[in-house]
Amino acid sequence: MPHNVIDVQDVVIRFTGDSGDGMQLTGSLFANTAAFFGNDITTFPDFPAEIRAPQGTVSGVSGFQVHIGSSAIYTPGDYCDVLVAMNPAALKSNVKWLKPNATIIVDIDTFDKKGMEKAGFTTENAFAELNISDRNIIAPPITTLTKESCSICGIDPKSGVRCKNMFALGVCYFLYNMPLKHTEEFIRKKFAKNPSLVEMNIRVLKDGFNYAGNIQAIADTYIVKPSKQKPGIYRNINGNKAIAWGLMAASEKSGRPLFCGSYPITPATGILEELAIHKALGVKTLQCEDEIAGICTAIGASYAGSLAVTSTSGPGLSLKSEALGLAVMAELPLVIIDVQRAGPSTGIPTKTEQTDLNQALYGRNGECPIAIIAPHSPSHCFEASFYAAKYALEHLMPVIILSEGFLGNGSEPWRIPDMNDFPGIEPPIVQKLEEGEPYFYPFKRDPETMVPRWALPGTPNLEHRVGGLEKNHKGAVSSDPLVHQQMVNERAEKVARLARIIPPQTVVGEQEGDLLIVSWGGTYGHMLSAENQLRSDGIKVGLAHFDFINPLPLNTEEIFGRFQKIIVFELNSGHFANYLRAKLPQFTYLQYNKVQGQPFIVAEITEAINKIVK
Amino acid sequence: MKFTPQDFKSDQEVKWCPGCGDHAVLAAVQRALPEISEALGYSHERYVFVSGIGCSSRFPYYMKTYGFHSIHGRAAAIATGIKVANPTLSVWEMTGDGDSLAIGGNHLIHAIRRNIDINIVLFNNRIYGLTKGQYSPTSKWGTVTKTSPFGTVEHPFNPGALAMGARGTFFARTLDVELQLTQEVMVQAAKHDGTALVEVLQNCVIFNDKTHYIISDRDVRADRTIVLRHGEPMIFGKNKDKGLILDGVRLKAVTIGENGITRDDILIHNAEEQNHGIHMMLCEMEWPELPVALGVIRRVKDRTYDDMVRDQVTEVATKSNIHCMNDMLRSGDTWVVE
Repeated sequence: MPHNVIDVQDVVIRFTGDSGDGMQLTGSLFANTAAFFGNDITTFPDFPAEIRAPQGTVSGVSGFQVHIGSSAIYTPGDYCDVLVAMNPAALKSNVKWLKPNATIIVDIDTFDKKGMEKAGFTTENAFAELNISDRNIIAPPITTLTKESCSICGIDPKSGVRCKNMFALGVCYFLYNMPLKHTEEFIRKKFAKNPSLVEMNIRVLKDGFNYAGNIQAIADTYIVKPSKQKPGIYRNINGNKAIAWGLMAASEKSGRPLFCGSYPITPATGILEELAIHKALGVKTLQCEDEIAGICTAIGASYAGSLAVTSTSGPGLSLKSEALGLAVMAELPLVIIDVQRAGPSTGIPTKTEQTDLNQALYGRNGECPIAIIAPHSPSHCFEASFYAAKYALEHLMPVIILSEGFLGNGSEPWRIPDMNDFPGIEPPIVQKLEEGEPYFYPFKRDPETMVPRWALPGTPNLEHRVGGLEKNHKGAVSSDPLVHQQMVNERAEKVARLARIIPPQTVVGEQEGDLLIVSWGGTYGHMLSAENQLRSDGIKVGLAHFDFINPLPLNTEEIFGRFQKIIVFELNSGHFANYLRAKLPQFTYLQYNKVQGQPFIVAEITEAINKIVK
Repeated sequence: MKFTPQDFKSDQEVKWCPGCGDHAVLAAVQRALPEISEALGYSHERYVFVSGIGCSSRFPYYMKTYGFHSIHGRAAAIATGIKVANPTLSVWEMTGDGDSLAIGGNHLIHAIRRNIDINIVLFNNRIYGLTKGQYSPTSKWGTVTKTSPFGTVEHPFNPGALAMGARGTFFARTLDVELQLTQEVMVQAAKHDGTALVEVLQNCVIFNDKTHYIISDRDVRADRTIVLRHGEPMIFGKNKDKGLILDGVRLKAVTIGENGITRDDILIHNAEEQNHGIHMMLCEMEWPELPVALGVIRRVKDRTYDDMVRDQVTEVATKSNIHCMNDMLRSGDTWVVE
């Protein structure tokens, strides 16, 4: 049937199914094809903590949302234009994300009595029960069709049926006039050792594509034109990978070998896994016996002269607290990455939140300030971790990177930078004693930066002792009240003076006026989209999105002073707002908070702002 | 370059209690280091002493070497990081029974399991000294302390057995009062490639005085301990007339010349036997049933963790086409926007 091809600006597709249905892969393949085609993309995996929750139940539904556009895309999208639901449970739990005119693709084979019961439907018609019968529903018998292909390829139907996700992907490619070749190439590479699986997957992919072309249900297809991107070489990257690469880049720039001591924890494990791959660049990774050993091996490696890092999530950061204090006290460089997840305790491991800010700021004994950097998008994680490492190495102090599950697992196209465009990293390593220094004084400081010198074990004549006990500048243990006060002040000042080096805070939109929106970290895309939306609606606000949490950029006070009202948006109960109240108490801070393990949706941000403006 | 013990003494005043066993260990280590340096060609700046928390963990301050006095229980993890980052360093962990068997137990067994090339000196006085007298994981059953006023009801750890259980490659035991033997096992530990655990039975003169006295008392020491040396018969006693034999599946102390026992019946110590069965039995010997074993009980060759980490990095690097970040950034799936 001839159909119309309609241009659309952007489209959101949500792939959902059982956690074993391969929805993460399906979504990634769609995103990659769109990226190769030249669309801007943002992705958001939304999956349960269970590896294989009971099949067919709502708790086992795994989702992967892709937002593609012909102009800049900042978020994975609030609501979807297409929902792929591989079973009734997936449909049921995702119906709330449908746009009013959404297309729904289901495997109708799974909507049998058993499937409906497992998903908790009480009638025989899922669509009527969910009140979505009027939507554009494409309901092929995907399981049956896939099984038929099995016999042609000579594959046991039981294992062959696993590639039914390719059928749904084929339908989506038809709907959006996208080529199959990138996915075919992927399949050929992935199953290179098993030609029958290659044949099977490609056949099912094409079956889906052709099925969509043959049925009468599709009157229109769509095309999302390539976006106008800056020329260059691009790749897709997720936040965890970008953090790992940023650290490797800092290692190369500084000449300090990279060491990562870590322990697997959702959603941060990807960083350790990624670093473990790159031994070719001299990376040493140690999967430790626990979180504490993760940071302590890193502290040891740092003492011995490495760019030392440890990656974790909130519960792991709790376990590392005491050792973090040791790194502060011993004045050693260290990068700690916390990919935040919903807490407290185990919380909801696979869901995103910004609820570790208080912990990062205050979660240690004693006077123990630590620099904190929060990346704002998956690709920004590269820059954030590069600079976290630079500051740690040059200032001999721990730096916390507060990432989020949303960033760690989310991906976007990234224009590959040239390492020559990044600044050098020069740690204050010393080779010999200063004139008149009888032995090495480990805490003698540069009066400008408050940074001591770094003497590495193995360097002749610089033997010295560091540790958790308070010491004087010469490195001798001291409980002298005034020495303690002075050292506390100097360690705090060392962190505070980082503000002289970090870039000034910028404001998007209005530079002064009635309302300033304040946010930080992974909410950037949503905040920026909201600001764009408001501007097109004629509402003028400024957006100050903070990457540097501690210290705050020096011009923060000046920016806040230019606005009548300030509202702080964050995915916690108000950690950043309270921090700002303590730092800049002369301003009043309104708050918008959400703690649901989910990112903001743009609509709730604009709605909250509209309420204030009106 | 030749060193003397003086070269390893820092200018810090030693603050352990008078009569504490730690003084003797410090002296033995400071005497061992010149010998080690000569034997292994180590320069002065290669030594790093790492400790946790406790009386013995003050050790690094008294050494004129690189030192890291860290936090409670974590010295093994910190030492592991140091050694992996720079395998050319000679890394020593100084720790106590509370530090490495209670709060740091996990790190200790995993360091041993990995066979990382560090030397761990475990000062075992069976008590918490720095917190003023609470029972430790090695306190004997029924020990009365401030936190066990009616006696402990816990089984103590045997550090040697723990090391065997974690597939340790080196375990030695010594007595604080045996300065010469302590020095000797320190040298052996340093020469060993892999995790070398040295347990020092050490006296806390204030909170657990004479805890090892039953075997360490000069008058009875020769009869109640046995110093094991690789390749030599397991003979002990003031008159060198006692020995160990295998009786079924157990070790048994016998007197040469009695019941038809001759010198030829006595077991020969083989510290290099891979199977740790006999080593485990030697570790677990306790007076009065058997003499307490001192000296190097186990010393077997195996690959070290730090070597394997380094070799793997080198091997992967030689095979890879990626030599710098710019290579890597452009590897894999990329596309060009014109």
